Amino acid sequence: MTTITKKFGDFVANDAINLKVHRGEVHALLGENGAGKTTLMNILYGILQPTSGTIRINGRELKVTDPNVAIRHGIGMVHQHFMLVETFTVTENIVLGNEPTRSFGVLDMETAEREVAELSERYGLAVDPKALIQDLSVGSQQRVEILKTLYRGAEILILDEPTAVLTPLEIQELVGIIRNLTEAGKSIIIITHKLGEIKQVADFCTIIRRGLHVDTVDVNTVSEAELAAKMVGREVSFKVEKKKQVPGETILEIQGLCVEGGRGLPAVDGLDLKLRKGEILGIAGVDGNGQSELIEALTGLRKVKSGSIIMRGKNITNLSPGKIIEEHKIAHIPEDRQKRGLVFEFDIAENLILQSYGKPPFSKRFSLLWDNIYQNAERLIEKFDIRPQHPATPARALSGGNQQKMIIAREVSHEPELLIAAQPTRGLDVGAIEYVHRALVAERDRGKAVLLISFELDEVLNVSDRIAVIYEGKIVGILDAEGVDENEVGLLMAGGTA
Amino acid sequence: MISGRLKALFLRGPIGLTVVSIILGFTVGGIVLVVAGFNPFEAYGAILKGTFSKPKYIAYVIIYATPLIMTGLSVAFAMRTGLFNIGAEGQFIVGAMVAAMAGYALHLPIWLHVPLCLLLAMMAAALWGGLAGYIKARFGVHEVISTIMLNWTAFYLSNWSLTLSGFGKPGTGKSFTIQETARIDLFSQWKISKEGIQFIRSHEYLGDVLKAPVNLGIVVAIVLALLVWYILNRTTLGYELRAVGFNPHAAEYGGINVKRSIVTSMSIAGGLAGAAGALQVMGVSHKIAKLAVMEGYGFDGIAVALIGNNSGPGSVLAGFLFGGLKYGGSKIQDAVGAPTEVISIVVGTIILFIAMPKLIQTLLKFKKG
Ligand SMILES: Nc1ncnc2c1ncn2[C@@H]1O[C@H](COP(=O)(O)OP(=O)(O)OP(=O)(O)O)[C@@H](O)[C@H]1O
Ligand SMILES: [Mg+2]
Repeated sequence: MTTITKKFGDFVANDAINLKVHRGEVHALLGENGAGKTTLMNILYGILQPTSGTIRINGRELKVTDPNVAIRHGIGMVHQHFMLVETFTVTENIVLGNEPTRSFGVLDMETAEREVAELSERYGLAVDPKALIQDLSVGSQQRVEILKTLYRGAEILILDEPTAVLTPLEIQELVGIIRNLTEAGKSIIIITHKLGEIKQVADFCTIIRRGLHVDTVDVNTVSEAELAAKMVGREVSFKVEKKKQVPGETILEIQGLCVEGGRGLPAVDGLDLKLRKGEILGIAGVDGNGQSELIEALTGLRKVKSGSIIMRGKNITNLSPGKIIEEHKIAHIPEDRQKRGLVFEFDIAENLILQSYGKPPFSKRFSLLWDNIYQNAERLIEKFDIRPQHPATPARALSGGNQQKMIIAREVSHEPELLIAAQPTRGLDVGAIEYVHRALVAERDRGKAVLLISFELDEVLNVSDRIAVIYEGKIVGILDAEGVDENEVGLLMAGGTA
Repeated sequence: MISGRLKALFLRGPIGLTVVSIILGFTVGGIVLVVAGFNPFEAYGAILKGTFSKPKYIAYVIIYATPLIMTGLSVAFAMRTGLFNIGAEGQFIVGAMVAAMAGYALHLPIWLHVPLCLLLAMMAAALWGGLAGYIKARFGVHEVISTIMLNWTAFYLSNWSLTLSGFGKPGTGKSFTIQETARIDLFSQWKISKEGIQFIRSHEYLGDVLKAPVNLGIVVAIVLALLVWYILNRTTLGYELRAVGFNPHAAEYGGINVKRSIVTSMSIAGGLAGAAGALQVMGVSHKIAKLAVMEGYGFDGIAVALIGNNSGPGSVLAGFLFGGLKYGGSKIQDAVGAPTEVISIVVGTIILFIAMPKLIQTLLKFKKG
């Protein structure tokens, strides 16, 4: 790709970017949220048309007018957010669009299943061809997406933030898959914000900053800190700065909480937990041990079966989400930001009042006060550095990281007493992660309580004051973050006893 | 700058899409006419003439458009909350029935009778629509299914009501005519008075207009359209409903009561369709008759909402377009002998193209070069 430029109106998302990928190479794309990585890849895949610039594949210039052209020329893309039909099986999803048929156009499911099984075996992508998508874990769904591109004959695979949604174990599996693919001569372009992963899998790394091509480097010759500095344009501190603070009285008390999961099985199973003012309590645990259900129960989004949740001395068990937000001052950064956290069709200003639209200064009796709503947006955009800085930008046009910033801005602006932060830095660049961590610490320093849920053990260890380990719906250990033994936490997370 | 903006609006916005779809719709209709051996210019000319050449025709277009605007509003409103109100037909029937009952049975001064009639009809239809919303919120039954069933229930309920003594006029298959005080016709008394006849004879334009059953329905329709626009864009209720329509998960997370929103939205949609039925009775038919088939006002409302991009003002414009096509289209049979069904083809094609925005956008870009 040479001198690719893409403008959205006056805004330049890609500014004369060059990218060269060789056969069998893993090429990482690194850049801050909103730097233009996804945009560049959407251009390669034909979803967007460049304002100027050319694309060459195997030396031949190619106009990628739409994804079908890209697919015909061996380009495949796994999007930041999957595009699978939930009620179809794995095989049906994979062959969708070019189904093998017998005579008279009868779908030949057996052949399809056999082909899918073959493919998944060849590259070590373990999935059951007959399973329904809705029953699969996120990691497996991603494997289906990769299989889909391979089934269509992809030679160049674009993976847009594939690891943001995966557990550490799934990430290691993905690394293995990538190795298998490159051994078979495929090329991979991978977008990720995790510098460690770049060091681990990539050969080369292209860094983009605010739409500009900064550098392309051989990964073996640079350190993580150097990569981070190139990307942000300044030194980044990986360590969270925290003053010592004496926590105050108990603000949240959970007793014997039981919550059912998706299939009616107990997901949270007699959980006890206490949270104090002025502290960050981190919940460490492997995905699927009841974290999601715990958050949903706390925020009123899921019914509690038994047990109680006491907030500031009042029982808030099974209250409506509105009451919990409004009267009990609990704010929540949801783990699935696209599903829960924002309304795509609303602009930034509208999204920023999702809970407070009915209150002054945003409305008076029944009328919305748009002037105040937009002023509020301008203030928060400025304060939280949301880009682009236009209150009327629809949320769908924001990069993943800026969507997250918008949600954090909204939740913190409610001045909550308790902030529940679920995977708050998923998909964020290192600069933004630093920012979010500071914001969490700032809440704590103001004497508020923060409940942090993260699958990233490093994050939990770095940010929290205390660490609670969750395993099979119970808290199996509470440790002081000061001088904690990482192995001890790991052992507890795996269900061992310390 | 302004022309640039306009261009952008046409290229990306819904207006451009709609305009192009309409042009394409007429083109396809024209092709069909050619294939069938008619001159499309003559046929479309006949429609234009039949729509605009006399003030009376324009008055008729407005009369045709009035109920369509309101059923269009009904469908559009529900759509904004992510609900597909196929039930506008049934809500229309309920509104018409209740308006006919209240219009006949009550004896009140006109300034009270007219608003009360409309209000009762809208409330009944709101309950009818709200019922579908409740069934969805409570039992998870999709509104498409429940509203289709409620359409038929309304259909038979209305026909049955005509068998009630004191409402149905025995042996006619119709209800009794509503009281004068429940009517919204303009100058109906005066028109048949001596001076009225004199006036109509001596004033070429106004007199011609008055030959049509002009009534106040259109005013109500436009007021309701503005109200819909206001509710959706300027009130907290509108914010809630739109949030639920776009992303119910996020709305729930934000503390919005999603189930209540569904019921509210369907009730308002029902009330709007009910107003259409009521105004039709109060302004045009003055009674209801036994239905042999569904009249289709509600179903046409789906088309109007789609063409009007599910907005208040859009529904008004689309309602006029549709009303014009329906009225003007009825004339091509006499004028050039072409079947009136061509109009259905035109409308169908417009909707087809509107439903395929991608294609149109590609075409537009193509034109731009
Ligand atoms: N359709 C659009 N209209 C207007 N602006 C857009 C559109 N799509 C993207 N942008 C803007 O272009 C910039 C680049 O977005 P892009 O999604 O490529 O970022 P990214 O590098 O992938 O970021 P992230 O790491 O957060 O996913 C952002 O500022 C975004 O707001
Ligand atoms: Mg991105």
